Amino acid sequence: MTLLDARGLAKTYPGERRIRALDDVSLSIAAGETLGLIGPSGCGKSTLARVLARLATPDAGSVRLDGLDWLALSGAGLRHARRRLQMVFQDPAAAFHPRATAGGAVADALRIHRLVPRRDRPEAAAALLRQVGLSPDLARRPVATLSGGQRQRVAIARAIAPRPRLLVLDEAVSALDASVRARVLDLLVRLQAELGLAYLFIGHDLAVVRAVSHRIAVMDAGQIIETGPAEALLSDPGSPLLRRLIAAVPALHRKDPPV
Amino acid sequence: MIRELLRRPEALLGGLLLLLIAGAALLAPVLSPGDPLAIAGRPLVRPFTDPAFPLGTDGLGRDLLAGVIHGVRTSAAIGLAAALVAVLAGMLVGTAAGFAGGLVDEALMRVVDAFQIVPGFLLALAFVSVTGPSLAVVAIAIALGAWTGPARLSRSRVLALREADFVAAARVMGMHPAEIALRQVMPLALPPVLAVTAVIVAGAILTESALSFLGLGDPNAVTWGGMIAEGRNQLRSAAYLSIIPGIALVLTVISIYLVGEALTDVLAGKRQS
Repeated sequence: MTLLDARGLAKTYPGERRIRALDDVSLSIAAGETLGLIGPSGCGKSTLARVLARLATPDAGSVRLDGLDWLALSGAGLRHARRRLQMVFQDPAAAFHPRATAGGAVADALRIHRLVPRRDRPEAAAALLRQVGLSPDLARRPVATLSGGQRQRVAIARAIAPRPRLLVLDEAVSALDASVRARVLDLLVRLQAELGLAYLFIGHDLAVVRAVSHRIAVMDAGQIIETGPAEALLSDPGSPLLRRLIAAVPALHRKDPPV
Repeated sequence: MIRELLRRPEALLGGLLLLLIAGAALLAPVLSPGDPLAIAGRPLVRPFTDPAFPLGTDGLGRDLLAGVIHGVRTSAAIGLAAALVAVLAGMLVGTAAGFAGGLVDEALMRVVDAFQIVPGFLLALAFVSVTGPSLAVVAIAIALGAWTGPARLSRSRVLALREADFVAAARVMGMHPAEIALRQVMPLALPPVLAVTAVIVAGAILTESALSFLGLGDPNAVTWGGMIAEGRNQLRSAAYLSIIPGIALVLTVISIYLVGEALTDVLAGKRQS
């Protein structure tokens, strides 16, 4: 079942160079599926994420999300509908209010969508922290005092708090150390199985994107140049860009897959 | 931060003076009980001649020391109230302008321009002469000329903050824009505004004195400006009537400035060279 269906998205940033960040971009994501989005920096990945998260307005195009005309929503209607789509940002240090506590950030998400009565909120926030592999004892800690991996886990807890259908992960693991990254990726895979979440997983590192994606879309200069099931696409890349990306991953261009 | 302040001699001096002044304001009913406007003894006792009236008495026989001590309360109350109103109003307008952007920003900032063009004292004068003097009115009148600074400062801070990821995250969460602006962003715009608050308080105290000097202060409160104005009639024969409240005013304003300047430097993270 198609959860998100974007058609003909276009966005040009005004200015002297008139950069076409999105040029007739169409993509769809099924419920419970991970679509990996890969491409060089500046290709429009983040603009696409911001447009889908309703943080930026496209010049043209339409988006259906969970049966809603997503781009037509505004005001209170949009705020209520936002619980369907949540986002995790690249830099977990910047994505929290400088004085936010881990528990408070998660409780805020619960309060906004009135999912839990006020007196049960600390309990529910602690449960969400446990769900992302954090000790509920961290609830009172300022997010600023946590490690990068812990912060990103809090960001994930905050994002799943309103029980969304789709998470937009904009380079969500790119700023993390390799070992931490692997564990956060494990967490994402586990949460997908537990909650039936769909992911739009944006990255620039093919090895990471491949590890979690069912399908992969390749983006360049504001356009999606190639899309298909992950393994099929990687074994038979059509575009020079994807071939270059594959060649850049040492383990991926070997003919025999590592056991 | 406190320790950093104590390392600066000018802050230390200003702080000690300010403590003295605050003590006088708080202990006024104990230090000089009774109505400071009541006639206490012979008129025109010179300062330092009668132990009962260390600073002498005025032309009606009112105790000058009592007037100075009770005058602190008026000055402090007006100064703090005016600064509070100015900071609050300025931050609300500045945050709204910076956060909303576009037309709202343009419109609000032109209002700020309009208020900034007119000298604050004229605004206060006009407002008080229309509404009649009382402590609350005087405080609001002074705030009318003082809120533009906080408005500009908070706007520029909010302009930078609204592009931050945590604001985007709050929007994605579905937080109401008013909550994002007032609860998330505005408190972070407070430090630069706090740094100029001392200057606003000092300015408000001066403006209040000037209003009182012109007879536009609250007639039921002792004010230094009013005392100076009354002493003016006997300036040749009894100059101390104006000089003593004048010194009190100057010391108060200077001490607030000293502390405020030091606070600004410390908040800005400047090293003392």
